Amino acid sequence: MSAVTATSPVASGTAAGELKVSYKTPITLGIFALLGVILLVVFGRNGTSVFNFTASNAGAIQLPVVSMPGHLTGVVIAILGVLLALGSGLMARFQRRTPLWYITIFAVVLVTGFLVWASTGIPHELHVTGLLVGALGLSAPLIFGSLGGVLSERVGVTNIAIEGQLLAGAFVSAVTATITHSIIAGILAAAVAGVLVSFVLAVFAIKYVVNQVIIGVVLNTLVAGLTTFLYQQVLLNNIGALNNPPVLKQLPIPGLSVIPIIGPLLFDQNVIVYFMYVAVAGVTIGLFRTRWGLRLRAVGEHPQAADTVGINVGRTRFWNVALAGAIVGVGGSYFTLGNIGPFGANMTNGAGYIALAAVIFGGWHPIRATLASLLFGFATNLGSVLGSIQSPVPNDFLLMLPYVVTIFAVAGFVGRVRGPAAAGRPYIKS
Amino acid sequence: MKLELRGITKTFGALVANDHIDLTVQPGEIHCLLGENGAGKSTLMNILYGLYRADSGEILLDDVVQHFSGPGDAARAGIGMVHQHFMLIPVFTVAENVMLGHEESKFGFLDLPAARARVREISARFGFDVDPDALIEDLPVGVQQRVEIIKALSREAKVLVFDEPTAVLTPQETDELMGIMKQLKDAGAAIVFITHKLREVREVADKITVIRLGKVVGEAKPTATNAELASLMVGRSIDLTIAKSKVKAKEPALVVEGLTIHNAQGHVVVNNVSFQVRAGEILAVAGVQGNGQTELTEALLGLQDRVMGTIDLDGKSIRHLPIHKVLAEGVGFIPEDRQEDALIAEFSIAENLMLDRADGEPFVRHGALQLAYRTKFATDKVKEFDVRAQGIDEVVGSLSGGNQQKVVLARELSRTLRLFVAAQPTRGLDVGSIEFVHERIVATRDAGVPVIVVSTELDEVLALADRIAVMYEGRIVGIVSGDTPRDVLGLMMAGELPAGTKLAA
Amino acid sequence: MSAELPATVPIAETATKLADPKFDLTGGEAPPEPPAPRAIVALREALNGSVVLTILAVFVALVVGAILIASTNTDVQTAAGYFLARPGDTLAAIWQSVAGAYIAIFRGGVYDFTASNFGTGIASILNSLGFATPLIAAGLGIAVGFRSGVFNIGGTGMILVAAACAGWVGFAVSLPPGIHMIVAVLAGLVGGGFWAFLVGFLKARTGAHEVIVTIMLNYIALYLIDYLLNSPVLRDPSSNAPVSPSEKPTAVFFHLLGPSYSLNFGFILVIGATIFCWWLLGRSSLGFKFRAVGENPRAARVAGIHLNRMYIYVMVISGVLVGFAGVYQVLGQITTGFDRGIDAGIGFTAITVALLGRSRPWGVFAAGILFGILQAGSYTMQADQGVNVNVLPVIQSVIVLFLAAPPLVRAIFRLPDPDRRRARAMSKKAVVAK
Repeated sequence: MSAVTATSPVASGTAAGELKVSYKTPITLGIFALLGVILLVVFGRNGTSVFNFTASNAGAIQLPVVSMPGHLTGVVIAILGVLLALGSGLMARFQRRTPLWYITIFAVVLVTGFLVWASTGIPHELHVTGLLVGALGLSAPLIFGSLGGVLSERVGVTNIAIEGQLLAGAFVSAVTATITHSIIAGILAAAVAGVLVSFVLAVFAIKYVVNQVIIGVVLNTLVAGLTTFLYQQVLLNNIGALNNPPVLKQLPIPGLSVIPIIGPLLFDQNVIVYFMYVAVAGVTIGLFRTRWGLRLRAVGEHPQAADTVGINVGRTRFWNVALAGAIVGVGGSYFTLGNIGPFGANMTNGAGYIALAAVIFGGWHPIRATLASLLFGFATNLGSVLGSIQSPVPNDFLLMLPYVVTIFAVAGFVGRVRGPAAAGRPYIKS
Repeated sequence: MKLELRGITKTFGALVANDHIDLTVQPGEIHCLLGENGAGKSTLMNILYGLYRADSGEILLDDVVQHFSGPGDAARAGIGMVHQHFMLIPVFTVAENVMLGHEESKFGFLDLPAARARVREISARFGFDVDPDALIEDLPVGVQQRVEIIKALSREAKVLVFDEPTAVLTPQETDELMGIMKQLKDAGAAIVFITHKLREVREVADKITVIRLGKVVGEAKPTATNAELASLMVGRSIDLTIAKSKVKAKEPALVVEGLTIHNAQGHVVVNNVSFQVRAGEILAVAGVQGNGQTELTEALLGLQDRVMGTIDLDGKSIRHLPIHKVLAEGVGFIPEDRQEDALIAEFSIAENLMLDRADGEPFVRHGALQLAYRTKFATDKVKEFDVRAQGIDEVVGSLSGGNQQKVVLARELSRTLRLFVAAQPTRGLDVGSIEFVHERIVATRDAGVPVIVVSTELDEVLALADRIAVMYEGRIVGIVSGDTPRDVLGLMMAGELPAGTKLAA
Repeated sequence: MSAELPATVPIAETATKLADPKFDLTGGEAPPEPPAPRAIVALREALNGSVVLTILAVFVALVVGAILIASTNTDVQTAAGYFLARPGDTLAAIWQSVAGAYIAIFRGGVYDFTASNFGTGIASILNSLGFATPLIAAGLGIAVGFRSGVFNIGGTGMILVAAACAGWVGFAVSLPPGIHMIVAVLAGLVGGGFWAFLVGFLKARTGAHEVIVTIMLNYIALYLIDYLLNSPVLRDPSSNAPVSPSEKPTAVFFHLLGPSYSLNFGFILVIGATIFCWWLLGRSSLGFKFRAVGENPRAARVAGIHLNRMYIYVMVISGVLVGFAGVYQVLGQITTGFDRGIDAGIGFTAITVALLGRSRPWGVFAAGILFGILQAGSYTMQADQGVNVNVLPVIQSVIVLFLAAPPLVRAIFRLPDPDRRRARAMSKKAVVAK
């Protein structure tokens, strides 16, 4: 057999062992570390930065308020960042890829540095826990949206309609929960709404072979128009009867919720967020460890190969796109039931497109897409928090961040992203 | 398991791809299905495999009529297929590919250890060396084909269909595959072997059925001669030779030195190739598909990015020129895949005829298309090249393959050429069109243009070539004269240069 | 002839040939039809031609709109409460709500027959042309992209950037009348072109898919404009809200028919843009190359057409055309200072306009005018009948959904399928080619 390996023409080079670890990651980290040095050292700001770690709802447990000399802390962090970037370079030197956790640590370090810089010399303290809790709140619908996006694209259907699915979920959940006085019914109805949008997407994409980007864009317009019309025409006149849903309560998990920082952040949340943890884990394990996931990915990568082993491509795509819609729909209910209650016109405000960005930035992987969503949610919340403590950073640029990094990602500047091979391609049997 | 096909008929619109085909394959037998490209072999097998539904006729396994609504049914019934284009998912591992569609689970999770064990067990039985955890995209073509075989065997296939399995293989790999097929046969499998290569048929076949234009035209014994089989296959004795005048020896026009090409993955696909083509001669590039010929022709046109070495045309380097400049230097090109690379299916004949001349006179003046000129030009060319169409405004997508190729020829040959490169110029064409294309190529040569013809068909190579360069694994094994015997060329295509072969370069 | 994996349905194809899907799932298996007499064939072609399908799609969308309008009408709801007692009341209420709404659209968008004189009545259609102008311009930009296989859904961003550039020149620079307008227009076009150039450049250089890049650039533009509107660059210091100052009269598009009609010079420019696109796509060498790239980029490349350069040219031209919509918004529509909402949804509506116009310049022109009429009319509808204007995007998207899937429209109206014969020809070709 080794003979075969040796004689194959192009193959001799293809065989394993030639895997080259690219220097892209270390270079990218290096650039960010350099930016950190410029910001923290060269443009370092004098004064103190005050971090307050106590959560607003923490009750008894008070954490110390940390005051740091801004410039010095900045220098330390900048050095740390440079060292981490060098570490990544060393890994590449010895043919090892920089692991995701390492990049995450690097990101946390630099973000901390940025926070210190931004909060130095201003008369307010930075409520770190509050910042993180708010970030998770903004991330939750993004995470649902990106999970749906990952599923849909992995099975081979490009999903631009995440925005529409979120909005439909938000609208239907608010109305249903108001009418039935049941939050659970509201969440379920949101899932159904997401599925309905998915059905339209799936039918047009799979049966009528219409360009999937077009349907996605049109569906977003359709849902936005429909919900706004109904909101203006019907809900506004009957707020009490139709748009006054109950709001989910926080359900602190005994024991876990008192852990400093992490407790209030992760374990003092509402049901939708807990469901989100389950969904992230479920989608990840399902995709890579179960028959369902194997078939789903097969259909998205090479539908004809899947067909020849007896997998019904159209059906697999249809139902998984529907499932994706259900997940995104639940995410939509977070805007209403999980947050403020009543529905407002266009209240998703582009979250679906950020979720799409997270799917791509996360390389179509559920965990990475979740991390990307968290990053984007964090950036958005940081914008408003820094604005409220009169930091010199204009929050519009933080709001831009998700979109900018996604462009960098698709342009291949930050690692190379490769989507499912057959995403967006209809499959037609002869 | 005995396989029987009775009266299988399948039409695509007006075309009858299969016309009442009967076929019986016994267990422990290798049954060859022989036929030209487009004879209807693959359609038949796709029906057998449940990918297409037959218009009429039935499939019987051990005398039981089968009703397949999809490939899953066929697989469950014991039919396994080794597809011409491998049905493997490149980003999956071998084990994942093998288990796909009939996965075993433990507590809801994929039982990968079981799948790995299965791959190892089958590999051991046939002496394959396949790592169950290797990604398909990292494996050589020959190994991928073995994964296809393992895939079929892991589903307990009793009837195995090999659809043109040797198209992508080197002669050695082909020999190994033949060995495997015999092994499978001895294990009691019924094997259908689809091919159009006579040598392979005679080597392994127990029975031969020849298909032409969708019909069974005859059966033959493996002892039949090549000529008998071939005449059955094409319906006449193949006589591709055309009248050619002697080469008028001239100076080399195209000089290629040390040409090396890397593909996008950084692998060497053309390795230090040097050759010359003189004005007024045809250099045929022979070889098994995928040995660097495609990349070589593309490099001449400037379509390849990672090229080293020199390409000089009439003393001037054209290597670093962008494509439109290469074309402007007088290089005519017929790409291998005419539908993808040469024509725009939705454009009219007239539009396609000016496709590579959209930059200046006479088709364009001051940025505007000269429609009157285009109409006249197209009308003339359609006549001259005998393109059968309703008019010059018909879209080329609705033309037959032969007429499409005539449009390409008309376009390329209507420029003043200093080099003509034709890759697989007659692939998939009917006999009449083949003759027409060959005549035109020879006429171009006779007009004093250096011509390169790339072909995987030895018949075509021998019919056209003044000299033959045989490629293997990205290298030129040798350049020999156009009358070199087939067996020598065959060995060269396998990378061996028989001692005493007279080189002609 | 094994079942090949079909390539993506190219965008250009979907956009321009929505009416004849090549991939008919059943077409290949159709039983042979007897040859039809000429007259019947002609009739069938007319019936199934894109014009009829377009009209039917619009009709279906209007029905959907009617259902929305009737079902949310309070009179209808009240009457439905005693439907069994007096069903006539419900039907009458439905008729009144729907007819009222659509008549109001006609009055506001085409001709107001209740007006005291012709001069006032005709103001409606002239007003509609004003709304149509940016839709046509942006629709043309998107259509040029479609025809070239480039999917520009970044209209919003290009409009915002172009509006900001033209708007800034319009209020911050002092120039003589006429020249000021020309400079402002050019500034806007350059802005839109530049924003689109970024997309073309990234696609050409790195292969970044334009769909993703344009979506992301929409939001980047939004926050950029937001930032500038909160900074001294664009903000009107005398206003409390983030709004720019008023445009100077020297930069504003002049009215064509006197001050009593809103129709202005922008409409003339957009007619010019349509003629330009017609010439570009149908008669020019560049447009020929664009279409070649759009239909089959591989063959275009082999024919010596520089793909990357084409992608950049296409995007820039697309961006300039879309940018004109932004220019028109600040110099023709809202000249009293703009805010972050200056795009007014045109960026996305333009996609619908391009699709409805089948990416043909004059088709886009007609589609733009239809949408302009609907838009102008919908304001009257909201004012007179209390029907919210947001029924409009619903109608528009339903039109496109149905246009995109002709089999669906045919199924609804039980029309025969003209593609069967064609599909058979196609599969024959596929077989021969293998």
